[in-house]
Amino acid sequence: MQIESPNILLIVVAAVVMVLYVFTNSAVLVWVERKVSAHIQRRPGPFEVGPFGLLQTAIDGLKLMAKQLIIPGKADKRLFMLAPVLSFVPPIAALLTVPFGKVVQVQNLDIGILFILSLAALNVLAILIAGWASANKYSLFGAVRSVAQNIAYEIPLLLSLLTAVLWMGTLNLGELVDAQGGFWFVFTPFGFVAFLIYFVTGMAETNRAPFDLPEAESELTAGFHTEYSGMGFGLFFLGEYTNMILVSAIATSLFLGGYNLPFVTLNGEGVLWELIRVLIFLAKAYFLIFVMIWMRWTFPRVRFDQLLNLCWKVLIPFSLVNLAAAAIWIKAVGG
Amino acid sequence: MLNYFKEIFVGIKSLLIGMKVTAFYGTKRTITAHYPFEKIPVTLNFRGHIDLVVTKKGYHKCITCGMCERACPSGCITLDSVKPEGAKKKKLTGYTLDFTKCSLCGNCVETCPTNAIKYSNDYYLVGTSRHDFHFDLLDRAMKAAEEMGIEWTEPVEKPKEPKEPQAEGGESPSPAGA
Repeated sequence: MQIESPNILLIVVAAVVMVLYVFTNSAVLVWVERKVSAHIQRRPGPFEVGPFGLLQTAIDGLKLMAKQLIIPGKADKRLFMLAPVLSFVPPIAALLTVPFGKVVQVQNLDIGILFILSLAALNVLAILIAGWASANKYSLFGAVRSVAQNIAYEIPLLLSLLTAVLWMGTLNLGELVDAQGGFWFVFTPFGFVAFLIYFVTGMAETNRAPFDLPEAESELTAGFHTEYSGMGFGLFFLGEYTNMILVSAIATSLFLGGYNLPFVTLNGEGVLWELIRVLIFLAKAYFLIFVMIWMRWTFPRVRFDQLLNLCWKVLIPFSLVNLAAAAIWIKAVGG
Repeated sequence: MLNYFKEIFVGIKSLLIGMKVTAFYGTKRTITAHYPFEKIPVTLNFRGHIDLVVTKKGYHKCITCGMCERACPSGCITLDSVKPEGAKKKKLTGYTLDFTKCSLCGNCVETCPTNAIKYSNDYYLVGTSRHDFHFDLLDRAMKAAEEMGIEWTEPVEKPKEPKEPQAEGGESPSPAGA
């Protein structure tokens, strides 16, 4: 096996671009979230600052940066400072392997999906550290909930992704997309079930309602980030929105055919074709994000036992059976 | 076992119905008022602080009897009046309501013999000082008359004539019930 030396310059430039993208993406998504939630509740949402209130989140971000970062006296200072960074950086690193287009992909790793999953798992660690270091009961409760819920949803999440990997026979994200072509994996029954399971557990992965138990405002004030102010909280926030884009990007590339239209494989060369592919990818990913926001403002938060029941009694058996069925199908028919 | 699948089916169905409901309301128009710029019209039954009634002739009905002043449990009404030289009746020169003390009981309105005071619809009360709530109702009545397009006309008291009982005729509604 030949080991290529990674192009450091490319990675650094790409990482900077990715950070910029993440900041803009979060600002826009917060605006979208506030608009969607407002219209569902028949309010106008932000509309004062800038056209349609678009500058509202920019101003909010400025406010967050200007705020003092308060560290509680009893907190473990080093861990306390580490947690927001740990929640913010891994999703960005994971985004570097996402195939937005055939060429627009920073590093096409052979173990792309595995790389993303291992980085995504760090999010729980960040939450645990945040809750532990805060020296606050609410924070600790949030952290404990996060860890307990993590075990419940990670298994069906991995099993559903494993189904896709088994079907396409590769861990490389670019190859996963190419293997689907126009015939998205979600069009097969196995793919459909796996996609549903992945989407539900993906929402739990991002710690969003209805699975926002670690931060449950009504019970735990703000859960694990109770003690964080200013940009400490801001980084958790950015991390959450980056996680959203990551989860939907994985769903897009593994189940929804990445940058391909349904039943049409886009193989054109040139900048224009690449632009079209990127736009299609982003359209799918942002549609999934929109559905996530829509669900958040529709459903109440689940109780803890409800979450565990859902994961252990429904999602895990279904994803297991689905995986086994897909394996038998591949063996018998030849995927 | 059948129950298990039925529960999942019902669950998914109810989730979809929930999404449908929010989508339905999400696409309808917004129904909130943008408060500092828009105000919701208040119901006519709203009993706010008191105001002097403006008559069609453009004057108030107060005869400065002082019933409201006495009826007020919080002592927030202050009447000022003068009796001009030679005039037969007292003239209202100032009607001050200290709204900071008012409990909106409405005793003043009940006791008024000439129905000269009414509840206003004014709920938009914001001030930076408590002096903002010392209302000069006479002044407010004049402004109200101006808004209604009625000229504030002080009724001219007819010069004293030998027949005294007739003197009241030209004034605003007679205090018959008093």
